[in-house]
Amino acid sequence: MGGGAVLRFDQVVLAQGDFRLSADFEIPAGGWTAIVGPSGGGKSTLLSGIAGFVRPIRGQIEWCGQPMTADPGQRPVSMLFQHNNLFPHLTVEQNVSLGLAPNLNPNTAQKEAVKEAIRSVGLSDHATALPSNLSGGQQSRVAIARMLLRSKPLILLDEPFAALGPALRKDMLDLVKQVQVKNNATVLMVSHNLEDWQTSCDTACFVADNVAHPLRPTHQLLAEPPQALRDYLGR
Amino acid sequence: MASRTVEVTIRRVVGSGVLALLLTLSLGTLAMVALRAEGYGGLRAGDWAAVRFTVWQALLSAGISVICAVPIARALARRSFPGRSMLVTLLGAPFILPVIVGVLGLIAVFGRSGWINDGLTLLGLPNVSIYGAGGVILAHVFFNLPLATRLILQGWLSVPPGQFRLAASLGADGFALHRLIEWPMLKRSLPGAFLLIFLLCLTSFTVALAVGGGPRATTIELAVYQAFRFDFDIGKAATLGLIQIAICVCVAALAFLVPLPRVQGGSDVGVVPTWSRPSPLDWAWIGLGAAFLLVPLGAIVLSGLPGLWGLPSSIWSALWTSVWVAVLSALLCAAMALGLALMVARSADGVRKLAEGIGVLGLATSPLVIGTGLFLMIFPFARPMDFALVVTLTVNAVMSLPFALRVLAPAVAQVYSDHDRLRQSIGMPQGTWARYVVLPAVRRPLGFAMGLAAALSMGDLGVITLFADPAVETLPLALYRLMGAYRMDDAAGAALILVGFSLLLFWMFDRGGRGRA
Repeated sequence: MGGGAVLRFDQVVLAQGDFRLSADFEIPAGGWTAIVGPSGGGKSTLLSGIAGFVRPIRGQIEWCGQPMTADPGQRPVSMLFQHNNLFPHLTVEQNVSLGLAPNLNPNTAQKEAVKEAIRSVGLSDHATALPSNLSGGQQSRVAIARMLLRSKPLILLDEPFAALGPALRKDMLDLVKQVQVKNNATVLMVSHNLEDWQTSCDTACFVADNVAHPLRPTHQLLAEPPQALRDYLGR
Repeated sequence: MASRTVEVTIRRVVGSGVLALLLTLSLGTLAMVALRAEGYGGLRAGDWAAVRFTVWQALLSAGISVICAVPIARALARRSFPGRSMLVTLLGAPFILPVIVGVLGLIAVFGRSGWINDGLTLLGLPNVSIYGAGGVILAHVFFNLPLATRLILQGWLSVPPGQFRLAASLGADGFALHRLIEWPMLKRSLPGAFLLIFLLCLTSFTVALAVGGGPRATTIELAVYQAFRFDFDIGKAATLGLIQIAICVCVAALAFLVPLPRVQGGSDVGVVPTWSRPSPLDWAWIGLGAAFLLVPLGAIVLSGLPGLWGLPSSIWSALWTSVWVAVLSALLCAAMALGLALMVARSADGVRKLAEGIGVLGLATSPLVIGTGLFLMIFPFARPMDFALVVTLTVNAVMSLPFALRVLAPAVAQVYSDHDRLRQSIGMPQGTWARYVVLPAVRRPLGFAMGLAAALSMGDLGVITLFADPAVETLPLALYRLMGAYRMDDAAGAALILVGFSLLLFWMFDRGGRGRA
């Protein structure tokens, strides 16, 4: 790693209430990394730290050699949450346009781009629909279209597709893959699904007992799992 | 970073400003009053009688309301019948019914030439009088029995149906069922209901003004009014006001031991499962309870209709005054509630504490004491009469604030907990966030809160009585003046207009909150 690293945790300790998570490693550019580990181990805290919702009490998180800005909206990050990725009373079009115009006032060129993004996720017929009238998979597509427009180099997935069935989840990951390739982005993905790790992620970061461990190739981590991971997997 | 700090600062400043205003109006006016209470000694026997009457009428009113509510709530919980949800909705009506109108309805039924006395005369029996201590308690029970019934009904319906099923399968009915399920539930819900109604009756002014008075039926609030208005003895008014506040603070402090119940809205309430044979007593209780509520309400309509034509023109200008006072009061109340709700939006604990604190403050403060204090504040600089309407609408807004906050604060906090991270992560500006996310999300509770505030303000007859001069009157005050002049037909017509417009304002705001759907 080293040279191609874009995201660096420099002796970071994140604090969320009484909970502490320490991290001291790097994530290389362009990869697809699974964040794995038991519930309550700190996976979401790690993502929240990168997104800027949780501040480090020690060390700093660097992006391309520079410390990250404090404002989450100014960070080079697109994040999909587990819930509430869309504003329920805004239409598909408005929700997607937030990716380019967070003030909901897109210009003509931006409106065109919004249309194109909605088309690319296959929702052209639903542009004026409200999220509540869409299926779970369609709602995920809206969020992905917004992510496409934001074109941030870092994509964080905090189990956004956990409620979807296996086939739909695969569709969504394929769509994210397209966004990732198009924007040459780096993906960090929290998932409890072993298959997701194996098919999508070349590297994995194991998070347990208040520590986020340095990345290891997924197949290697699964071949020689540490005890905590073995307990989590039930092996 | 910078924009975020600014945003947090703005919310703090607005919220603190609202809090400062509230403290000025409650504690500031109290301090003002305390400064003028020279010597604290000028109370005569009659004033102490008022203190005693205030406490015992409130004890009795709350006791009767709660005790009678138990069988009515039990019957309502167990019986399903057509019109049941309508009746449950109507149990909420006395809350927004202008007090002076309710009193007029009671006078039409129980008054000197009311329906009851007409019947008694026909039977050759002695008549009853609504004026005096009995009338004050009767009116308080009329306003609070429905509230108590709703609260206790909630208690019954909060028992998981499985418990009734289990009790039935064990063969427990009658007394056993009562000991197993009903008594433990009542032990939880009765003290809170009693305390709430006790507090409401302690600070009641309009009822005592309309049917009380005299040495045996004067409450402290009424004594404050009389000392101020008739004797212009500000020292005495101030001393009485302090006693009133002291009693309320002591009782409100009990609210920390016995949590006050929350009134839930809605009328689509379930039925408690019952397998025993329905008791005819249930129907008797439902019938009695409904009659006690509905007959005076019907009397307002029946006696008001003929009086609608030929009302004095002063009624129409009073109506116009009342409507704009009510609308401005609702706007002010909503602005204050939003400011406070935004200040604590990110902390569920903060929402709860703030709502409880303001709620207790609202129950413990007395509009008449606030009014007296404001009068004293304005007096050195200007003619207080000129500020009658401004003071009225401000005090009304403050008195409605606990209710508004209770519906608004959780909704605002919900928006923040659901979407604040998304807002931050996509960098949505504050203006867009407020206009496109927060306002649409809280529109319904906002409309409801404003409707409530407008209706309560429209029907209020409190602080305006202190400031009123003949030229300025709200509709409730005009109505009270008609009653004082024994023009009962005109009063009945004005009452119908008042209740009609109160409901109309409530409906319009509430409807506005629901949108076009």
